[in-house]
Amino acid sequence: MSGIGRIHSIETFGTVDGPGIRFIVFTQGCPLRCLYCHNPDCRSAHDGKEVSVDYLMEEIKKCKSFIRKGGVTVSGGEPLMQPEFTKEIFSRCHELGLHTALDTSGYCALEVAQPVLENTDLVLLDIKSYIPELYYKVTNVSIEPTLAMAKYLSDISKPVWIRFVLVPHLTDNLTNINQLADFVSTLKNVERLEVLPFHKMGEYKWEQLGLPYALKELPPAPPELVQQTVNIFRDRGINALGAVGI
Amino acid sequence: MYVEWQGFTEGSWTREINVRDFIQKNYNPYEGNAEFLADATARTHQLWHQVSELMKLEREKGVLDVDTKVPTSITAHDAGYIDRELEQIVGVQTDKPLKRAIMPYGGIRVVKAGLEAYGYKLDPQTEEVFTKYRKTHNDGVFDGYTSEMRKARKSGVITGLPDAYGRGRIIGDYRRVALYGVDRLIDDKKNQKESLELDMMDEDTIRLREELSEQIRALFELKEMATKYGFDIGRPAMTAKEAVQWLYFGYLGAVKEQNGAAMSLGRVSTFLDVYFERDLHNGVATESELQELIDHFVMKLRMVRFLRTPDYNDLFSGDPTWVTEAIAGMSADGRTLVTKTSYRFLHTLSNLGAAPEPNLTVLWSEHLPENFKQFCAKISSDTSSIQYENDDLMRPTYGDDYAIACCVSVMRIGKQMQFFGARVNLAKTLLYAINGGKDEKSGDQVAPNFAPITAEYLDYQEVNERLQQMMGWLAKAYINTLNVIHYMHDKYCYERIEMALHDRDVYRTMACGIAGLSVVTDSLSAIKYAKVKVIRNEQGLAVDYETEGEYPKYGNNDDRVDNIAIDLVARFMNEIRKHPTYRGAVPTQSVLTITSNVVYGKKTGNTPDGRRAGEPFAPGANPMHGRDSCGAIASLSSVAKLPYSDCQDGISNTFSIMPMALGRQDSDRTNNLVGLLDGYFHDGGHHINVNAIERSTLLDAMEHPENYPQLTIRVSGYAVNFIKLTREQQWDVIKRTFHERV
Repeated sequence: MSGIGRIHSIETFGTVDGPGIRFIVFTQGCPLRCLYCHNPDCRSAHDGKEVSVDYLMEEIKKCKSFIRKGGVTVSGGEPLMQPEFTKEIFSRCHELGLHTALDTSGYCALEVAQPVLENTDLVLLDIKSYIPELYYKVTNVSIEPTLAMAKYLSDISKPVWIRFVLVPHLTDNLTNINQLADFVSTLKNVERLEVLPFHKMGEYKWEQLGLPYALKELPPAPPELVQQTVNIFRDRGINALGAVGI
Repeated sequence: MYVEWQGFTEGSWTREINVRDFIQKNYNPYEGNAEFLADATARTHQLWHQVSELMKLEREKGVLDVDTKVPTSITAHDAGYIDRELEQIVGVQTDKPLKRAIMPYGGIRVVKAGLEAYGYKLDPQTEEVFTKYRKTHNDGVFDGYTSEMRKARKSGVITGLPDAYGRGRIIGDYRRVALYGVDRLIDDKKNQKESLELDMMDEDTIRLREELSEQIRALFELKEMATKYGFDIGRPAMTAKEAVQWLYFGYLGAVKEQNGAAMSLGRVSTFLDVYFERDLHNGVATESELQELIDHFVMKLRMVRFLRTPDYNDLFSGDPTWVTEAIAGMSADGRTLVTKTSYRFLHTLSNLGAAPEPNLTVLWSEHLPENFKQFCAKISSDTSSIQYENDDLMRPTYGDDYAIACCVSVMRIGKQMQFFGARVNLAKTLLYAINGGKDEKSGDQVAPNFAPITAEYLDYQEVNERLQQMMGWLAKAYINTLNVIHYMHDKYCYERIEMALHDRDVYRTMACGIAGLSVVTDSLSAIKYAKVKVIRNEQGLAVDYETEGEYPKYGNNDDRVDNIAIDLVARFMNEIRKHPTYRGAVPTQSVLTITSNVVYGKKTGNTPDGRRAGEPFAPGANPMHGRDSCGAIASLSSVAKLPYSDCQDGISNTFSIMPMALGRQDSDRTNNLVGLLDGYFHDGGHHINVNAIERSTLLDAMEHPENYPQLTIRVSGYAVNFIKLTREQQWDVIKRTFHERV
């Protein structure tokens, strides 16, 4: 019998969450409460819709010709809130010869994440800040589990792309970025680091949900700031790149 | 063995006219990258600047200049030049660049209307000749048309017919001029004629003998035309430069003689590459000089012009000529047909900037060299000027020496032609089925008065049965109409030089087409899966529909509705196959509208899918605007399901995407576009136009056209200068689904 999970939606033509063209499952439910969250509608663990892994695999198979050289990404929300479901999707993707990527904040107990990671080819690890107080301010949770996850992934040599959202006047202070860069340079498994400039394209969703949007007054990250941040990472030998859009 | 052939490997091509064999024995596949390419030379920059200025002037005036007296022919005009010092490849359609010619054999009325639309007047003597002494194709057709045909044409259920102008979509094998020289081709044609001195002289033989005589005359005229430019093309081409020049003269003869709806070039790049490699090997040409030849050749192709009327422009907007060049593909033996000259052709889009013509068409195979795929994807995202067609789908049937006529029509070069049949309006046909053959707009009885549907709610089975009956009538009326048109075209407007560059016995197709596939598909889906209530006017004519409930829509990779589309194309094709055709042509079908989806929509009333009267159809086989809501792959997958076996004349899909939605970095965007093409064609898709462009750019171009002289976008089957589209068509393009994801 196939597992059941709760998802927000799927995207058949993902091009920014892992290498190549990717089928993306956005799971429902997230423990973080990021100020800049662009998918606030994925937060509640009770919204979204229930689907079976069988159903998802049928949808994935329909796209197989397109994602042969890309793969499947489970994003969210926080996929590790539904470890059994995510693991089953990945192991069945592997049966089809498809590459798997896990997009996570790392906010999860290691022993819970381990079975999922065994079936994961690439982890997209979002580190939202490095200074613990700032991390808490941005996400409303502790940074410790994320750092533990990052070190563990390095220890087991699991390929990782680190993602950092650059928010002017919030996460862009130099100490924060320098310390994050120092930390990332100690990891042995980082293939790429993406600096994602803050944008407000998720703002309308906050309004639809009737939630207050704390960053209303903040400007989007200007390209010069993105480049400057990218350079800080590159100076430490990290393969960093600035992205357009999140 | 000619001296001009030194260095080539011999084969059956030396004994008979067989360009494919020459290519196969002599070409060098290229799997490397684009680094070898040369930039435009100073001469190219200067020349293109002059041409651009002329084109600017032309845009302001509508037409730059026109000869109002001399009916065009291969030899009617003296040599003409842009700048003799600069141009490496010479020859223009009349005696001046961008000066248009009149081509009255198709129809004198169209010539007159075309001239008057731009403030010119037809020379009275010429008019007298073509009204009093020389009958035209257009006159012949209307002598042959029945009242049923006239009614169907007027109502727009059958439309876009080539009954007043050249039918086009015939590709001469212009390579033959370069490889063999015209003298050898004349000898060959004489032999063909002699082979038809038969005991039994039936109608077919007599006609063919007359045609061969005309072909021979045309070949002599082609030699004469080249002589005016100082060249003897009686002998084969000796160098790369001569090969390009000879080949272009062949093509030039065709566009001097015929105002065909589409005047495609064929598949010349890999052929020319053999000459280019020989010159490089002999050390008599540099890369820069070779690129210059292609750049100047392509400039000439960008300057092909015909005098057309404003209502033609409503149908096929932006002054298109469909100088389609098919590039790449694979050989039957598994080698790629990509050569350095495949790159050189595509590189003109960088050296000269983007442009709609020539209509560069990449024959895509999953087996193409990875480097070439990446190069195409890069040029596509930079210029939105390339269309792609599935070589893996066509090669098994058509071999490895076919080209594309117009937009999506495959034909073996020099061995096959088609009788272009425009298209029927399938959405209107559905409305006729509901209204018992009465036109939903005029109320006229156009089709036979079959029983109309009288129920308040539409029943799927009943509608399908009536639709079948109506499609049966339409197919009959359509094929009969095409038979009249092509009989007359052969008689009064025969393509002498194009057919001179064909074998004696050609394979003919009767190329039918349908418009409005997604409208009918979604309408039937609404009737099947939701409830559709009919609203009738006082005369009892169904004029509107109310849909209650949800239904699956074509373009979302949902078999429940995609199967309806598959069924529709198969059913109409089977109806077409029932009718005998002129000259035994094999009937085929395309799902292609070009920009005519706007005009068809305008002529069609409200439809059961909720589309309002007058609104455009989706172009070609595209899902309706905004209804493909499950993302790019789902949309492509639905179109890829349409069976090519029932649409051998091509299935056109126009795909627009925001560059950002293709990925974060240039390399990601290129890779993902390659992945998209590989996936679509792997799943059986036939054709795709790729536009990678921001909607905001198009909006800005509407307001400030002067800033975007070369902004090119792909529409169904061809490319246009965006600023040359009518405002209505610009809106249609902007309203289409742009795949984006944030």
